Amino acid sequence: MKILVTVKEVAHVDDEFEIDGLGIDDRYVTYDLNEWDDYAVEAAVQIQEAGDDVEVVAVTIGDADTEDTIRQALAKGADRAIRVWDDALADAGLLDPETKARLIAAVAAEEDPDLVLTGVQSADDGFGATGVTLAEHLGFEWGAVVNALDLDREAGIAHVHRELEGSVEELTDVELPAVLTIQTGINEPRYASLRGIRQAQSKELAEYSLSDLDLTPADVESSLEQTDLYEPESESEATVFEGSAEETASELAGLLREKGVGS
Amino acid sequence: MTVLTVAEHRRGELRDVSLELLTAGRELADATGGELHTAVIGGDVEAFAERLNRVGVDAIHTVDEGEEFNHDVYTQVVTQLVEAVDPDLLVMPNSVNGLDYAPAVASRLDWPLVTDVVDLGYDDELTATRELYGSKVETTIDVHADRAAVTVRPAEWPVAEGSGDATVESFDADIDESAVRSTVTGFEEVGGGDVDITDADVLVSVGRGIEEEENLDMIFDLAETLDATVSASRPLIDNNWLEKDRQVGQSGSVVTPDVYIAIGISGAVQHVAGMKGSDTIVAINTDPNAPIFDIADYGIQDDLFDVVPALIEEFGG
Ligand SMILES: Cc1cc2nc3c(=O)[nH]c(=O)nc-3n(C[C@H](O)[C@H](O)[C@H](O)COP(=O)(O)OP(=O)(O)OC[C@H]3O[C@@H](n4cnc5c(N)ncnc54)[C@H](O)[C@@H]3O)c2cc1C
Repeated sequence: MKILVTVKEVAHVDDEFEIDGLGIDDRYVTYDLNEWDDYAVEAAVQIQEAGDDVEVVAVTIGDADTEDTIRQALAKGADRAIRVWDDALADAGLLDPETKARLIAAVAAEEDPDLVLTGVQSADDGFGATGVTLAEHLGFEWGAVVNALDLDREAGIAHVHRELEGSVEELTDVELPAVLTIQTGINEPRYASLRGIRQAQSKELAEYSLSDLDLTPADVESSLEQTDLYEPESESEATVFEGSAEETASELAGLLREKGVGS
Repeated sequence: MTVLTVAEHRRGELRDVSLELLTAGRELADATGGELHTAVIGGDVEAFAERLNRVGVDAIHTVDEGEEFNHDVYTQVVTQLVEAVDPDLLVMPNSVNGLDYAPAVASRLDWPLVTDVVDLGYDDELTATRELYGSKVETTIDVHADRAAVTVRPAEWPVAEGSGDATVESFDADIDESAVRSTVTGFEEVGGGDVDITDADVLVSVGRGIEEEENLDMIFDLAETLDATVSASRPLIDNNWLEKDRQVGQSGSVVTPDVYIAIGISGAVQHVAGMKGSDTIVAINTDPNAPIFDIADYGIQDDLFDVVPALIEEFGG
């Protein structure tokens, strides 16, 4: 059995930051593995550890700078990794879910996985749509926002819980092959061990360009164009207490007492 | 342009977002001089249609297929409805179920999709506004296409009001059962433990800013001092530091206490969905740009590890 798990390096913006054109000035940005993908990797590795013939392949779309991040997936137990990048992608503009799904579908066409695990969303652009779009491209079944997964390989079914709004979960049986988008809390992602980190250095990390995937720059052109990026006008009407912690705490205590709290 | 929205219901209840989509859809239809259609799929479609018949709705399409949501059925039905109604814009909810079929529909139609939009405009072409980086910045997206699909963030548009005079038509979808490869077998309520945060007058709510599980002692001390209940944002429940009963937000509980004190919580949209109805909201956060301050009544922009002990001291704790 083969599991493809998609991972993305996401940007975190500092408390104070500046906008530079259509992006955040790089001085105020740090990069890390997407929180949701960390849970997807863990879910894949747990299935691999429970069976003896399961291969986990991590795939990412990103330039050479993202290698450290995808190596985290290898350090946590993925068997090998694929990084898709092409200069044409840097020029293509918005990498929307459709474009990303097209790229990953081309990888999946070669890898022929039984199960694809993605994160529910990425922490930076938060489209939350790449996994289901990918399923549609592959003709796979799918399930979005999965927070429990019980795989019956023999029957070819994934018994999942989908986390709905308001503390309600939907119990669903999904036929394989399938794409599942994984929600935080489904498991406890491991920390990479030193041994894992060392081993990751020697695991295969393949690079694919568009032409390697039989795609052309026209295939990754999106009809969505990002035209503006700005800080929203603050809607805040909050009274902000100023001063040292003692001073602000004292003011807050006064307010709370006024409201009958703690008195 | 003709706008088609798709309603959402669960276990017999039409969800509010269905009526919000009508407002968003009507705005676009008005701006472009077009019609607003809405569709409801499955369940008691007649009763749902009555509720959807609000001012500004031109046509309601009822599709009597199944009781509950199934993404394979929804994807097929919506694709066929688009063929029949021929809309220029398809508007779906950015809910958990919306995200389970909208991307499949858009991809099948080969229409561009913009998810989680908070504003929509039309100026020769569709423009959509969405948030990035945990609501710290907003971005505008121009849609260079004649037809497009969007999912709309819940609670951004008001619900459509009044009773309308829409035509109600039943639509016969042709479902390919062999393509229905997922089965909903039931629902499960989660939580339901000993703590009832929905009943509390005062909530001391803690987020990822607390950093370590051990540091929670301080939060419980504060809660005890204030005779309050401890609640939390999701990461603390994901980490198993606190029980699911204590989670505030979209996938946890909706709370409306007299006082909600958010400590080290950024104010993500899924969190705010669960606490914005609180009478008085106090936020303690080091990041002056944290979105929690947008809905807070009082704020302290400082380190919780300094402020919380000082606050406990104020109350002689
Ligand atoms: C489908 C779905 C459903 C979800 N449902 C929920 C839900 O029900 N409830 C929920 O809460 N989330 C939910 N989320 C997750 C949500 O998107 C956020 O990831 C989450 O709310 C973030 O929690 P947080 O604010 O505690 O953490 P963060 O966003 O990491 O914020 C931590 C905050 O602490 C501040 N901070 C750090 N150190 C300090 C310090 N020393 N002193 C003061 N402040 C400090 C930081 O400035 C930051 O603002 C859901 C997500 C999805 C996709």
